[in-house]
Amino acid sequence: MPDGDKKLDAKARYSAGVLEYKKMGYWEPDYLPKDTDVIALFRITPQDGVDPIEAAAAVAGESSTATWTVVWTDRLTACEKYRAKAYRVDPTPNNPNEYFAYIAYELDLFEPGSIANLTASIIGNVFGFKPLKALRLEDMRLPVAYVKTFQGPATGIVVERERLNCYGRPLLGATVKPKLGLSGRNYGRVVYEALKGGLDFTKDDENINSQPFMHWRDRFLYCMEAVNRASAATGEVKGTYLNVTAGTMEEMYKRAEFAKELGSVIIMIDLVIGYTAIQSMAKWARDNDMILHLHRAGHGTYTRQKTHGVSFRVIAKWMRLAGVDHIHAGTVVGKLEGDPATTKGYYDICREEQNSVSLETGVFFDQDWASLNKVMPVASGGIHAGQMHQLIHYLGEDVVLQFGGGTIGHPQGIAAGATANRVALEAMVYARNAGRDYLAEGPTILAEAAKTCTPLREALDIWKDVTFDYASTDAPDFVPTTSVS
Amino acid sequence: MRVTQGTFSFLPDFTDQQIHEQVQYCIDNGWAVSIEYTDDPHPRNTYWEMWGHPMFDNPDAAAVVYELNECRKVYGSYYIRIIAFDSSPGWESIRLSFIVNRPSEEPGFKLSRTEVKGRNIQYSITPYSNDKPQGSRYK
Repeated sequence: MPDGDKKLDAKARYSAGVLEYKKMGYWEPDYLPKDTDVIALFRITPQDGVDPIEAAAAVAGESSTATWTVVWTDRLTACEKYRAKAYRVDPTPNNPNEYFAYIAYELDLFEPGSIANLTASIIGNVFGFKPLKALRLEDMRLPVAYVKTFQGPATGIVVERERLNCYGRPLLGATVKPKLGLSGRNYGRVVYEALKGGLDFTKDDENINSQPFMHWRDRFLYCMEAVNRASAATGEVKGTYLNVTAGTMEEMYKRAEFAKELGSVIIMIDLVIGYTAIQSMAKWARDNDMILHLHRAGHGTYTRQKTHGVSFRVIAKWMRLAGVDHIHAGTVVGKLEGDPATTKGYYDICREEQNSVSLETGVFFDQDWASLNKVMPVASGGIHAGQMHQLIHYLGEDVVLQFGGGTIGHPQGIAAGATANRVALEAMVYARNAGRDYLAEGPTILAEAAKTCTPLREALDIWKDVTFDYASTDAPDFVPTTSVS
Repeated sequence: MRVTQGTFSFLPDFTDQQIHEQVQYCIDNGWAVSIEYTDDPHPRNTYWEMWGHPMFDNPDAAAVVYELNECRKVYGSYYIRIIAFDSSPGWESIRLSFIVNRPSEEPGFKLSRTEVKGRNIQYSITPYSNDKPQGSRYK
């Protein structure tokens, strides 16, 4: 560290004027983060000629106590405590102009149980800061003391399974298509056929709210007719995610109350309603024994590019705190963005009791979830029955697999499409449990199951060549280390 | 109709050998396997009757298959399921549950609708067989 970076004495530090952030106390290379600190890891791309350490210190400053000039009023506070401290800056492997900056924040900087407050600090101001070309929040370590101030998922994976009486296999869902234009009556037909055929859930799409072609009450009523008919036809608990997203909290509560009155087991919201609205709905869901599904509508605008925005792993952490039960977290093999290792990191954040550092999956911190409920990840978008072995291999058992086109687009109809998916799923879980190498033998296992299931045979034939094999824009940067043996 | 509760109801009924494989998978995961039976297949009938306690320290799936066949001798016309309990922290619930015996005829469920205010309908599902008292529903 150059001498010029040394901390100044109080007189020099607080003289009026402009001072480098690193000299104001926002760069502390010797700082050891406390167990109670919130830690944020940023990917920083400084403007040409800007020292990466000064850039990191500036991010620490602008996301905590600093402004652009020295203010004497700092001295009325325990300012050393409230200053965020950049304590480590590493060059990013493979990207010469990018740096990983670790910044520690004192717990008292944050209001208990408020994602809005946490995010207003951490991402509130700094992302437009001129000395940086780009800035990305890669990961966060949330101390147990802070985790414990949040409700967490209203229901959680275990209780969701108990409520649905469904164990030992991924849940199956489908989004009703076309996403726009169906009347309530026609919409309910899709729900009925898909649930009767073997799915556990159907789903409103993110932009199905209350439009001229189908108002929300109509949709809810027809959907619940379909859910109950399907339940009577199969003897199973069925559900449909009734999207209660609306323009105001009052309207959302009203729709949620109606869903409850109709006996729905699950409601749905979109990420675009905002963090506070999500926390409010999670609280409502906990109070009313309702599973809460979150569609991550809009996240791609800030999660996808590697150099700027907020990584989805951070969004997943915030949503686990905020209290949703389901979150779309990628499919690996489907049509939407998702590097396998990165996706595994998201799933681990949703489902593990404790996360361990795992640079290859993009998890930079140990994270203790302090018995907060687990979030059920949802895999949706361009997946079909022929990929069942890969889906189970990559995504595991506690996941909702959503086949929209892969159910509704079946040549023999929606119920047949649902049956094909359910048979493929049960056959694969059966083979896995029986000790077969199901990933390698996947196509054989599916072909065997199709011998007694014509809908599966047709599904395998029609979609056998469908893959979405594109390079991922968001893969972790890490240096593989030789394992110690 | 066919009641499709449980993990494997969309597959053809399992042989005892297949049941053995699945049970051994549960045991090898450290889960306690239990046998339960009922003549009320309502989807929200949570508490089926227990054929003894979960077999906590049993290392061998053959013992479960043996008990299953003992259960079948008495309740062969009932629904019987295998359930595996995982006592690990953070789970402490069921990991696998599948039907291994079912009545030769499954009459299914009656859906009743009660129209209440507005266009709202209250639904109720009842197994047709529940018209008869417990113990005399299936032959």
